[in-house]
Amino acid sequence: MADSAAAELLLETPLASLHRELGGRMVPFAGYTMPVQYPAGIMAEHLHCRAAASLFDVSHMGQAELIGDGAAAALERLTPADVAGLKPGRQRYGLLMTESGGILDDFMVANLGERLFLVMNASRKHLDLPAIESVLPAGVALRPLPDRALLALQGPAAVAALATLAPGVLGLSFMGVGAFVVEGLPVVISRSGYTGEDGVEISVPAEGAERLARALLALPGVMPGGLGARDSLRLEAGLCLYGNDIDETTSPVEAGLVWTIGKRRRMAWDFLGADRVRADLDNGPRRLRVGIKPEGRQPARGHTPIHAPGGAPIGEITSGGFGPSLGGPMAMGYVAREHAADGTPLELMVRGKPLAARVAPTPFVPHRYAR
Amino acid sequence: MPELRFTQSHEWVRLEGDAATVGITDHAQNALGDVVFVDLPEAGRQVAAGEACAVVESVKAASDVYAPVAGRVAEANAALTETPALINSSPTGEGWFFRLEGVDAAAVAALMDESAYASFVESQS
Repeated sequence: MADSAAAELLLETPLASLHRELGGRMVPFAGYTMPVQYPAGIMAEHLHCRAAASLFDVSHMGQAELIGDGAAAALERLTPADVAGLKPGRQRYGLLMTESGGILDDFMVANLGERLFLVMNASRKHLDLPAIESVLPAGVALRPLPDRALLALQGPAAVAALATLAPGVLGLSFMGVGAFVVEGLPVVISRSGYTGEDGVEISVPAEGAERLARALLALPGVMPGGLGARDSLRLEAGLCLYGNDIDETTSPVEAGLVWTIGKRRRMAWDFLGADRVRADLDNGPRRLRVGIKPEGRQPARGHTPIHAPGGAPIGEITSGGFGPSLGGPMAMGYVAREHAADGTPLELMVRGKPLAARVAPTPFVPHRYAR
Repeated sequence: MPELRFTQSHEWVRLEGDAATVGITDHAQNALGDVVFVDLPEAGRQVAAGEACAVVESVKAASDVYAPVAGRVAEANAALTETPALINSSPTGEGWFFRLEGVDAAAVAALMDESAYASFVESQS
């Protein structure tokens, strides 16, 4: 339980009163008070998202616009993603880099035609925004959007349900993005998410967020989902959580995120931290992020030491838990490169006792994005 | 059935003779959420009052379970290995964790009764 002194410093999203009305169990997360679960519980919320549709409040995440000629080129100084090649109406996942080749944050960038639209982590936006600001030439402006909420509607029934309010969303393909009007509100909708399921994220003016959330919850098959289910869904989908699985010490190569580096960018090496990325690619990184499946039912949590069977420490779990759809424990973590092949046996030292596990391919549960 | 006694770490105890059955409270299971795994103590282990001797894992997190009183583990609830959700559905019944033998009745009597525990939970919220 959070003590009241700490609770007073926490920010609220525009949906805080709705969360309480829905019986959300509020916990501190990245400086905000957020619902970790509703009365249905994490297991039911997780399974519901994979079966129908779940509404998540992700308004704590940072949103910003980048406007002006040269916005994409400027952003490319910080990210190895191909931003300049991003077509209007398309979104891309990318990494913001540190000077030493670590990951400052992971983020989404969308081309909305006359501007770029960015979504970044709540825990990192205070670092991302100044970093972006620092690379902008005259004529390019960064506009943070603290007055916008962000709702994620995720699951196989999500887009069909939303289409009853906004038929145009049926025209979005995976990672497509556009401006829409829903319930009279001007919103930006991207067909993307953090669950491995089809679905959307909806950026909405804060003052309309509760009205939109109520309208979405009234759609057939839609239930609220909390941070707990969001975390087990993303881990089953093999997606990284910043601060757990990637941080300023991990390089994109170690993290297995080389696919986020644009082809053109891999020729020019003209982004912050490129030297380390290049060296990791040329020499092979010392360690690699891998999926891990413990044998049996016992989960292994973050920071659990990973050993070679009967031998020396070779790494650490960064995220771990129980996969409700997988029906068993799952984890990801970093291991020395020579232990990173799928099927490699590992020992996880859970409370001092070795737990047998193997390196496993991710996602643990197949993605079901709309292609 | 003998009345339950409770700890501040949210275990319950039911004393019958010098044997005590131990589990976690309804409040505790509700706070933990869906239980997916338990690590139970082995029979024969001697435990001290307040000693961590079991672990309960929910989807979200792992939590220690403490021995409410000293004793020797006579038996752990093998049904929980297959069906850990019994802890959620029947926390003070089929979801029991382990039985202790050689328990001091006075130590059990010194724990909170149901109304004292209810007040304690209330004061924590």
